[in-house]
Formats: sequence, structure tokens, C-alpha cells
Amino acid sequence: MTSTQCTRTRPATASGAARPGGDAAGCSPQGVAHDQHHDQRTDRHHDQPEGTPVSERSAPEEASRRATDRRAPEADASVASSAAAAAASAVSWEELVTVALLGTDRRTLPQGLAGPAKDAPAALLDAAAHRTVRRRAGLVPAPAAPRPTPAPHDPRPPLPPAARRRLAQLLAGRSASPAAAGGRRGTAPDLTELLPQWLAAANRRRYQAPPALLPAVLDAARARTDLRPQALAFAGVRGLWLAGLNPDWRFALRGGSSGSALPDPDDEAAVRSLWEEGLFAERVGLLTTVRAKDPAAALALLATTWSTERAEDRLMFLDSLRSGLSDADEPFLERALSDRSRNVRTTAAELLSALPGSALAARMATRAATCVSLDRSGRTAGGERVTVEAPHECDADMQRDGVSPTPPAGRGERSWWLGQLVESAPLHTWPSRMGGRTPQEIVALPVSDDWKEELHAAWCRAAVRQRDARWSRALLGAPSAPPAAGPGTSSFAERAKLLAVLPHGERAEWVASFVAAHGLSEAFQLLAVCTVPWSEPLGRAVVDALDIARDAGSYPWSFSGVMGLAERCLDPGEADRLEILTTTPDEQEDASPGAAGYWSEAFQRLVGTLRLRAAMLAELSEPPDRAHPDPVQAAQTAPHPEPAAHPHP
Amino acid sequence: MAARSVFPMNQQGVRWTAEQVLALAPDAASRKTGSRLGTAGPWSEAGSSGSGAVWGLCRGSGRTPYRTVVDTAGGSPAYKCSCPSRKFPCKHALGLLLLWAADEPVVKDGEAPDWAEEWLAARRAKAAAAAGDTAHPDPKTPDPQAAKRRAEQRAERITLGAAELEQRLSDLLRGGLAAAEPSGYGLWEETARRMVDAQAPGLAARVRELGAVPASGPGWPARLLEECALLHLLDAAWGARERLPEPLAATVRGRVGLTTSAGGPPVRDRWLVLSQYDTPDGKLVTRRVWLYGEESGRTALFLSFGAVGRAPQTSLPMGLTLDAELTFHPNRIRAEIGHQFAAPAPIGSPPPGVDTTEALHAYGDALRDDPWLDSWPVTLHRVIPAPSGAAAWQLIDADAPFALPVEPTALSRPGLWKLAAVSAGAPVTVFGECGHRGFTPLTAWADGSTETVPLTEA
Repeated sequence: MTSTQCTRTRPATASGAARPGGDAAGCSPQGVAHDQHHDQRTDRHHDQPEGTPVSERSAPEEASRRATDRRAPEADASVASSAAAAAASAVSWEELVTVALLGTDRRTLPQGLAGPAKDAPAALLDAAAHRTVRRRAGLVPAPAAPRPTPAPHDPRPPLPPAARRRLAQLLAGRSASPAAAGGRRGTAPDLTELLPQWLAAANRRRYQAPPALLPAVLDAARARTDLRPQALAFAGVRGLWLAGLNPDWRFALRGGSSGSALPDPDDEAAVRSLWEEGLFAERVGLLTTVRAKDPAAALALLATTWSTERAEDRLMFLDSLRSGLSDADEPFLERALSDRSRNVRTTAAELLSALPGSALAARMATRAATCVSLDRSGRTAGGERVTVEAPHECDADMQRDGVSPTPPAGRGERSWWLGQLVESAPLHTWPSRMGGRTPQEIVALPVSDDWKEELHAAWCRAAVRQRDARWSRALLGAPSAPPAAGPGTSSFAERAKLLAVLPHGERAEWVASFVAAHGLSEAFQLLAVCTVPWSEPLGRAVVDALDIARDAGSYPWSFSGVMGLAERCLDPGEADRLEILTTTPDEQEDASPGAAGYWSEAFQRLVGTLRLRAAMLAELSEPPDRAHPDPVQAAQTAPHPEPAAHPHP
Repeated sequence: MAARSVFPMNQQGVRWTAEQVLALAPDAASRKTGSRLGTAGPWSEAGSSGSGAVWGLCRGSGRTPYRTVVDTAGGSPAYKCSCPSRKFPCKHALGLLLLWAADEPVVKDGEAPDWAEEWLAARRAKAAAAAGDTAHPDPKTPDPQAAKRRAEQRAERITLGAAELEQRLSDLLRGGLAAAEPSGYGLWEETARRMVDAQAPGLAARVRELGAVPASGPGWPARLLEECALLHLLDAAWGARERLPEPLAATVRGRVGLTTSAGGPPVRDRWLVLSQYDTPDGKLVTRRVWLYGEESGRTALFLSFGAVGRAPQTSLPMGLTLDAELTFHPNRIRAEIGHQFAAPAPIGSPPPGVDTTEALHAYGDALRDDPWLDSWPVTLHRVIPAPSGAAAWQLIDADAPFALPVEPTALSRPGLWKLAAVSAGAPVTVFGECGHRGFTPLTAWADGSTETVPLTEA
């Protein structure tokens, strides 16, 4: 430690204005750095004169002010200071700031700073430099804020290293949407679209999210609501803990998707106490969890407080009865038909109509039956037909059963009422009303006076609501029939809903036949409801259709929706078979210019994506980090069978 | 420009991680496009050799595929690609490295094809020649007399510049900081240009920063006074440099902007790569790499520079240790990397750390050698990151009621959330820069873990 600088005093020769000097006392770097021993309590940054901005001190500064020089620096106090430095430290920092702010022309320097050898600004800067370095050198830590409650332990095993890298890559590619990147998609797989599958696969295998990637996972879930359930399940308790600290991730705390803070549904006392004291979101989550485990218990829980709940809460709670709905719920729902709130009544009616054995369903059946009947009079002329006599009024009883009296703009009252009656009536009423016909035969019957569309649409809604596969099948008709001429509905959205009622295998078969007959241009919504990975016949039908479209000379982007689906949904095992399509054939004469090259590119991307998916799944199947075998994990994860793949739209 | 480090060619078995590869990307767009090419799809005839070369053909929009080859041997990878992109490295090189990093089967082990080998051989010959150069000092040292004369001329210019700056500061304080506020930025910008003319880039940079202070929120007059005072101190110290003891005089020369060069005996150690991050600085990108010597206990800063749109050449593998020689600049913190003796190896443990009180002591001590220091590299051991009031965070000692505030500009960076996620309320080891504005976390290790989590990536 040198003291030569520190002990130097003001030079006698220094001239006023053009000072070359730096050897002014207290201004030499070493002098100030060592001069840390002064009582810092004089450094008051508050108590400022009016009109000057209140300086906001950082926490270390606060700390340094509070400290009575706890940190006695190694700098030897006896060596350090010069007279000027001592004088400077007698002046408060606020005074210095005030003089600096107003200017030395307007404010005279405090006593002890002004000297004949220096002009005022230099003296002020000397003192301020001294003060600044002294303050910085003498910083002490701030008092600690309350410590956070640590996140609960996540018992899941860590990801295998390769899978971890893959996740980082998928998350990094998240914001690089191809559309934003300027149109053409090129040959590289679209990583964004693979994230949902990756998350689902990781959750099936019950892996823990790598902590360092949690912010990116939560950001991804924030940007895409469709990712949320899987992303939040993956993020787990630590993700939820983290989300509690960042308002951007508040969505994670809403709703029951987390399920982490909820008590075990078997722990009656805990369930009861959370139900009575919890926040709304916690209670919805609790009800959903209990309902999934024991539907009757959930109903009983809801019944304990039902009459005291607010109307909008009742509506949400009622909605969570949708899962696990059974005839046992009927008495409760029937009572809810007299609820004060119209929305609650409507929802209760809708739920009851999904129970074909309910009293409401029977009442609706009676009403609907008076409107729709079989007309046998024309048997000789051209066969039997269905006649429709729409209701003439919507009486109070109908309204109590959930029929909405006021149609939306553009629809006639009577057809609006008819539609509601038919969609709420159990489908099993119709065969007997229609002379013992099967659903197929019923939808094939002609309908009088242009009511066909209205009637079939209502039946479609009923089939979906009652999850009736026979009627769905009948209303879908043969897949090879032209969409516009088929029974039921020509809306693809409605057809997709009907398809979702069919068993997985039948669904895929129907769509495969549809694609084989009509190509891909209208198949998008139908394909979206098929189970992933696509069954072999379905995959083959789609690939063949793409091949045909290429040969027909159109551009691949006309099929970009289906291509994207195929990338995500085809069985990764198909990659090798598709490899042959990635070559660029010679341009055909009638083809659109350049189409062949684009197709080859599109198929390259398809194959690349399939390979990537196969690699992704293989990585997740690798044994987790061999360094930390955790027998507890093995025991916990083993008994759970792998759930079926979720269809991914 | 930082000297290119020379590494031995035998880098077998050291495969980079995807993060390391992406750190090479010159900008965010390249990172994205590069990631998309990091799949087997467009690649053919790809391979890698035991000597660290990676090559492949990437199908693009044209008829002929691009030929991409990367030499990963050494700390500064080199790239060659037949694509017309002006980005460096281009997306093809990044994609290829990602493939290689992920150990994709499409990248086969083997010998480089002729088109790649030609370039590799030329490059390595050049590197070997350069290594020879550094071993034997440049024979054509310029005339020492002329060099001395130039240095004197420059010092004179700086002295004039410092005097001019001193005059500006004096005028400013005569009229008052409040009066100067409206003219603010333009005034400082002009003064900064004058300092550039005076060949004092260090003064210029500090002056430019003054311009931003009045817009930095409440308390700006105090901060502006502090910075003006330190600038005044630097002016004064420059004038007195001949009377200052040598290490301090060297610091002053460095702060004013005279280039320093590394010298003295090289320090061989196992250097742990603690952190690497880039900051834009006008037309340059400055890459800072913090290293920690396991045996010497020294912390070193390795700087490299690149033009905007081009990542600085040198990328060191974060979380690995280099058995290498470092030579230090006179400020004893900045260093250049010399000979590397072995391939980078995984770390055994994070560097030993201190508590928050000792961290501030370390900063205070460092101010003795350099009172202009804004912060000092410190590893904190067993601290818990926690929010402290609205929009403020602290790193709390696990075993004492003290804490360091997180530096305000670090609050808006994604790294803070990574740190919180790694900690989850439990003590962690954090490396970062500890200064008068608070602590800037750069790297974290969960308790008991050797996994290095960078907090500086976008």
C-alpha cells in the first residue's frame, strides 16, 4: 500500500484556470480509494432542499449510510487523509449535489471546499470524486428482504441429456414462425409445431422439466393457449412456483390445469377445507380433480354450498360436471333447472339432454315427437316422407327446460325452437316414431317442405351431444358420397364433430376412404380429429393423395394445411417409404412452372420432420441421466400404464 | 483486435452443445434460421473427422447444394461455405454444427472430402505459421525512435483533449446540471467526438455515457455529479500520470484509451470458462469471456471484438475448463489466451464463492487499483435470489441477514428468471459482476450441481 499520493497536499504552485494538475489533494485516485474510514453517516442523501429532485438511492447506498463503517478498511486511517479531504467530508453529499444542480455561479461552495487555489467547479468536482469513490469502496450489503418459500420438491426424474438439448432447440425455434420469416417454408422442419408432441411425450414418461428451461416453457405456454395444459403439467410444481413471481405467467395460476397445490382427493378434511376457504380458481381445480376421481363425491361437495354460490360461479361449477356425467347427476341438474340464473338453467338443461334417460330428455322427446312425424300417405305416390310441423310457441315449460325463446338475428322463431327441441330429444325416440327404421334408413327418408337441412342439423347436434356412434355413422353417410349430396350435414366442422364420436379405428378408416374419393382439398378438418399417429391406411391415403396432387401439377402450398398435419401426424415409421418422393422429377409439360421443385422440397420437409419426431421420441425413451439413478422414481413411475396418445389438432 | 488464440488440433471427443453452437450466431435471425437447418433433412454427404473438421452439403433453393465446412479445432472455429450470405458464420455453418452437436447419424465419421480438405489444410498451415510467429517475436519491429515520437504526439493530443474536457466540465458546473439538462445528449455527443479527435477513446466513451444519465430516472443529478467527478478525476490523473506509481499509471493510461498489451510471464492454470456475453458498442460487438483459474484463484477477462452482424471470432466453451496459458494486461484482469495444452474438459466444481459482504469488500479493494471500476467479478456462494419489493430483486445470503440488490438493468433480462428457476428458493452459486449499482448475475450453479447455467443468453 502506497501512501505517497494520499499524503500529498495541495500544491502551492497550482494556478487558477488552466490547471494541468491532478495532484490536488483528495483527488488523486489512490487518495480517494484509501480514504474510506470517515464516518459515513454524514453522507445524507435525503433532507434535500426544495426544488431538487429527490435522489433515489440504491440499496447498497442505503446500506452504506446505515452502516457506521462496519467495514473498517485495510487502509490505515492514520496514513490516509489530507486536510482538504477531511474538510470535504464535513460537507454533506446533498449539499454538493445541490450546488452542482444549480451551478457554482449561483450557489457558493460550502465552507471548507472553497479555496483560493482552485476555481469553484474544480473544487466541487474534487470533493465529489472523493466522496464517490469513498462511498463505492465502503459499500456494505443491504438488509435482506423476506426469503421466498422454496418450491416444493419435484420427484420426477430429469430428462435424458439428448432430450434436454432437443427441448432447448424446440423452444429456441418457437418464435421463428415460418410465416413471419417470409412465406416459403423451405425444407427444414417447423420446430414450433413439434413442441406440443414433445411435451405430451415427456409428460407421458413423467420427466421433470429442466429448471433453466422453465422460463422458456412458460413463455411458450403464454404465447399459445393450446400448449398450456401440457406445458404446465411439464413445468410442474417448480414452474408454478416460478409463475407466481412473474405477472407475465399469471395464466399458470388460473384454473385447475396445474393441480399441484390441490390436496389428495381422498383427503376429505383437506378437500372440505379448501372447498370452503379456497379461491375460486382453486375450487374449480379441486372440483375437477375430485370429479375425475369420484363423480358422486364431487356432486356431493358441490351440493354442500350450491345455494350460497354466486351465479357466475355456479355456472362454472356446473360446467365441471360435464366430465363423468351420468344418470346419478340427474336429480341435482333437475333442481338446477329452477335456478335463478338463466345461464345456469340453460347449462343444466344441456347437460340433462345429454342423458337420454333423464326426465328432461323424455319431455323433450314428447315435444319433438309432436313436431316431427312419418307421413305414410304418399306411400303409393313416391314413398314415405318425414313431415315437420315446427312449434308455434315457446311456452314457459319449454323455457324452463332450457329452450331459448329468442332466435339470433336472421333466423325464424319456429325453426329455432324446432332445432332446440330435436337436438335435446334422445335419439332413441326416432326409430319407433319412424316405423322401426334404423338411423341409416331414417336419414335417407325425404323430408317435406325444405325442413331437411334444419332437421338433420339438429340430429347431428344430438348425436354429438349424446355421443351416439350409430347416429353419427348414419349422419356422416358413406365417405365416398359427394359431400354436398350426403345426409346429415355438409359442414366439415360438424362432420368432424360427428367423426369424433366414432371409435378411433373407424374414424381413421372413414377419413381414409374420404381422402381416397375426394382428395385432400376438403379433408383438413376431418384429418384433424384423427388419432396421432395416423393409422397405416389413413397415412397411405394421405400420401397417395399428395402424390396425385403433385402429378396433377398444382403447387404444394395449396395443400400446406394438410402437409403440416401430415408432418405432425404421420407415423414416423413412414419416413423411409416417403424418401422416394423427395426427388425432383423432370418438369411435366402441363404442370405449373417450378412446381416439381417445390413439391420435392415439401416432401423433404415431411420426411425430415418425421425423422425428427422419431429421434425426439427415441431420446425421451433413453434411460434418464445415468448419473443419478433414483429408485423412488422407478417405483413411482412403473405402475402407471402409458395413456393413449392424445389426438392433436 | 484480440490476438487469435492457437489451440492444438487434437480435439477428439469434444462435441459442443447446441447452446455453444448458437452462441456463435451473429444475430437472432441467424440463430433461428440456423436452428431450422439443424436437422437431417437438407443435408447430405455430411461428416466429421477426428481432427475437429465438420463438413456437409446443404440443399438450398438452387440446383447445386452449398458446400459447408467448419474447423472446430481450437478456440476460434473457422467457417467456409459456398453460399452467398454475408452473415458470418452463415446459417448453413450453424445448422451443420447443430447437427454435429446433436450427434445426428447423418454426420458420419470419416475423412474430409477433397473440397473440404483443401481449405482445411490451407487454414491449418496458416494457423501453424501464426503460432510460429508468436513464439518468435515479430522481426520487423518498427523503428523504436519513431514509435516513441508517435506516442509522445498522441499523449500531447490527449492532454489537450483532457484540458478541453476539463473546461467543459467546469462550464457545466458553473451553469449547473439543471441548466444543462435540456441540451443534454447533443452536447455530450459533440464533446465525445472531440475526445475521439484527441485520440482518447476512453474519455470519449465515458463522455458519451454522461449523455444518457439525465434520462435515467429519479436521482439523476447525483449520478451525473458522480460520473462528472470521476471523469474529472481521470483528467487529473492523466495530468499527474508521471508522478503516479506504475500500476496505477497504467490503469490511467488504459482508462483514457491507450491500448495496452499483454505481457509478463504466462500463467498456466486450468481456466474455467465462467461466462461469455456480447455487448453492442457502436459499430462493434464486444465479447467478454470471464475465466477463473482453479489453482491460481485468479479471475481473467478475455475480450474479443467483431463488427456488427459478425460474431466475434473466439468462442470458448462455457462450463468447461481449458488447460491453458494466459498472459495478462497491466490491469491484471484482462488477459490473452496463449497455448492450450489439452482439450477442454468438464468442470469439477463451480468456483469457490464468498458471501455478499465479502463480495463488496472485493469490489472495494479493487477500487484501490482502479477507482473508475464500475464492478468487479465475484462468485457468490449460497445466495437465494428473491424479489424485494416492486421491480427489484436481491441475492440474499443463505446464512446471514444480508443481501445484494440485482443491478437494475439486469432486472429486465430473461436471465433473471432463469436464475430464479434454477434456485427455486434454495441457495445457489452465482457468478457475476458486483458493483456500486448492484450485482449483475451472469452464471448460476444449483446447489451441489456442476451444471453451468448461463444467464446471459437471449
